[in-house]
Amino acid sequence: MEIKKDFNVESSSDAKKVPKRIAFIKSRTSARVRQEEEDMVMTVPNLVVREIIAFEILVIVLAIISLLFNAPLEWIANPEHTPNPAKAPWYFLGLQELLHYFPPIVAGVIFPSLVIVALIVIPYFSVNLKQEGLWKQSRQQTLVVLLVSVGIVSTTLLLFSVYVMLVPTLMIVGLMIVPYVSSRESGFVGWLATRPLSWWIMTWFVTIVIVLTIVGVLFRGPEWTWTWPWHEIY
Amino acid sequence: MNRLTEQLVRSRVWRSIFRHGLPLSNRARAEAVFYNFFLHVHPTKVRRRSIKFTYTWGLGGLSAGLFIILTVTGALLMLYYRPSIHQAYWDMKDLQFVVSSGQFLRNMHRWAAHAMVAIVFLHMLRVFYTGSYRPPKEFNWVIGVVLLVMTILLSYTGYLLPWDQLSFWGISVGTNMVRAVPFGTGDRISYLLLGGNIVGENALVRFYVLHCFVIPVAAMVFMGIHFWRVRKDGGV
Ligand code: HEM
Repeated sequence: MEIKKDFNVESSSDAKKVPKRIAFIKSRTSARVRQEEEDMVMTVPNLVVREIIAFEILVIVLAIISLLFNAPLEWIANPEHTPNPAKAPWYFLGLQELLHYFPPIVAGVIFPSLVIVALIVIPYFSVNLKQEGLWKQSRQQTLVVLLVSVGIVSTTLLLFSVYVMLVPTLMIVGLMIVPYVSSRESGFVGWLATRPLSWWIMTWFVTIVIVLTIVGVLFRGPEWTWTWPWHEIY
Repeated sequence: MNRLTEQLVRSRVWRSIFRHGLPLSNRARAEAVFYNFFLHVHPTKVRRRSIKFTYTWGLGGLSAGLFIILTVTGALLMLYYRPSIHQAYWDMKDLQFVVSSGQFLRNMHRWAAHAMVAIVFLHMLRVFYTGSYRPPKEFNWVIGVVLLVMTILLSYTGYLLPWDQLSFWGISVGTNMVRAVPFGTGDRISYLLLGGNIVGENALVRFYVLHCFVIPVAAMVFMGIHFWRVRKDGGV
């Protein structure tokens, strides 16, 4: 008696051909395509050429900038003479700005540690794996939780008069609430409605970092008072 | 000319170095990737979607490119720089006025360093907003955070080296923040970093060693793991 074959095997000896995966499909199980085969291209030249071009553009742009702008060099270090204000490099000015409002232990130790820990744990929290819009489920409950947490954060910021954080925070919260108020499904509102919670938290964090850094770099003068950037230009 | 190239490519010397011919057939193109030490971080084929510029914005690659530029310009700067409070500042002045293209060299290093902090941060944002930290890429995200911290530390330790007012007070502000760590630990960390209680000769040498050796070597190791993981986790 002849055994009925379930499958066909094709083979090829053409080395130039893309090798294909073979699946044995028993007739009892039904085969379904869950993912279309993706469009693949050769690394050489497609990717490698792009990398080389990107690197060349990078070198050229940096060279042009370096020809136009000189790296700063002030007077020799003098421990006797403190500049006013003494500023850290730009990427720390957000923190230095916070130092102006909170005690050093909070601004210099707790905040940065929290940020680093928060960044590290992002992929391990299911909030961040969810791709559902913020208002998709239990709208009332979401609204209450949101308003309570924003209330706590805003009160704290208000107590320490950190308006540079308060204003952007409230603006972001305003945007968060738009899809709750309006049920439009297209355009900007529709897009906002599909943003998950993790998206909002990251966007809030990035906005705060950018605002604090810009304020620290451009708007702080002697004694860390508010100074307009054009103040010294007469 | 064509025949000359062909002969060259066929020669034993060429074959001993490259092991494959010109990348004219798909087979030779694949060989060009997996027989090459530098290219073998790549698969021989990639998804068209992942090499679309507007997906990664090339930011991870540009971070690596900036690291290369910084290594090259940094090594050249080391030829003219001595980490001593009596010489460092004047070496900077010499770079500016005596060494040919010294100012240009310094500018390249400085602007590339600032750019790297910004670009690495943007790369992190790209990875976040495309959701590329999702399993199985969780751990590579963590390695990325380590790389971000290292990039900032590299830039920060370099900031002291010119030994001008900007460096001195920039570093003083930063190390004062470290002192805020409670239970006397902050003072100890700061003492360890500065080799004393103030930013002086010892601090300059320590920052120099951290900046030119310890952190770059550590960063290279982590970058190696990072790139390897990108592939092992299934590519971009
Ligand atoms: C020195 C710093 C860094 C270098 C040189 C670097 C380099 C790269 C490169 C070349 C890629 C390939 C894809 C691309 O170009 O986007 C990549 C992917 C990735 N990077 Fe980085 N990176 C750095 C820092 C970071 C940081 C700070 C994070 C996050 C906190 C991070 C997380 C990731 C992840 C999760 C991937 C995989 C993305 C995907 O599969 O789509 N990296 N990195």
